Amino acid sequence: MKVKVLKNILDANDQIASRNRQILDKNKVLAINIMSSPGAGKTSLILQTIKKLKDRVRIAVIEGDIASTIDADRISEERVPVVQINTGGACHLDANMVSNALDSLPLGDIELLLIENVGNLVCPAEFKVGEHKKVMLLSLPEGDDKPYKYPLMFTQSEVIIINKIDFLPFQDFDFTAFNKVVTGLNPKAKILQVSCKTGEGIEQWVSWLESELRGR
Amino acid sequence: MHELSVTQGMLDIALEKAKEAQASRIKTINLVIGELSSIIDDCVQFYFDFLSKDSIAGGAILSFTRIPMKVRCRNCGLSFSPDKSSWSCPQCGKWDAEIIAGNEFYIDSIEVE
Repeated sequence: MKVKVLKNILDANDQIASRNRQILDKNKVLAINIMSSPGAGKTSLILQTIKKLKDRVRIAVIEGDIASTIDADRISEERVPVVQINTGGACHLDANMVSNALDSLPLGDIELLLIENVGNLVCPAEFKVGEHKKVMLLSLPEGDDKPYKYPLMFTQSEVIIINKIDFLPFQDFDFTAFNKVVTGLNPKAKILQVSCKTGEGIEQWVSWLESELRGR
Repeated sequence: MHELSVTQGMLDIALEKAKEAQASRIKTINLVIGELSSIIDDCVQFYFDFLSKDSIAGGAILSFTRIPMKVRCRNCGLSFSPDKSSWSCPQCGKWDAEIIAGNEFYIDSIEVE
């Protein structure tokens, strides 16, 4: 006998993600899921964001890594609440891990939650964690061909930040070709160019965040 | 890379549906997986055999239907699978397209007795 199922295999994750989202909404917290390859600059972007915004916005951070607390240690030096999730080998954060982390955060005192996903351009795009917005970084040395290889990530992200633009003198990166393929797939994507090292372009990113915070 | 947890989720859904149908054994699970999903068939099968062995799904066959990535041109409406190197519409030459297939990741049906 054949039984029709037609059920998404990630259903259990999606249900926990919508519960997380409800908790965040109840506490009026804007949650941003930040994704990229390892080493593209997620932690550096978060540090820059904290430096620019912490006098005006109450921020907390969830750090996702396979192992170690190096990133969380760097964030806690900025004196914002931070929870480290060690996924123990898993290649992405899932909604349940984030649900546990939310329990350890003072959500009533937070306006902006930055969630740093595990460095990986594949799996994080498939798992909702309860975020309001997905944002990705691509560092310039990774090359302009990445949207062809990881289309899902580029389709799901509302903001695509090209980091390390200070590498441009040493690196070929065809912005026209990159923008063409990305906006063809994802016409609403906002593409920003920044350098977390020099601070160039960070203002634009921060003002996008502030306009999202005002819109809530 | 995350096949273990995904396989557990899949098994849970299949067992629940089999119970609803008052089945005593699951013979086949028909899965539909898009090209953009990062799931590897052999890896799912390996974990499935391990996770299901003491359940009514033990020994079940996993049948995978792979769906290639397909897009629809927003300019002229043509549906096509993008070429590996150049992503332009073969009809109008533009690249402005939404993904309409390739994201699938669900259980279509189970065969039980």
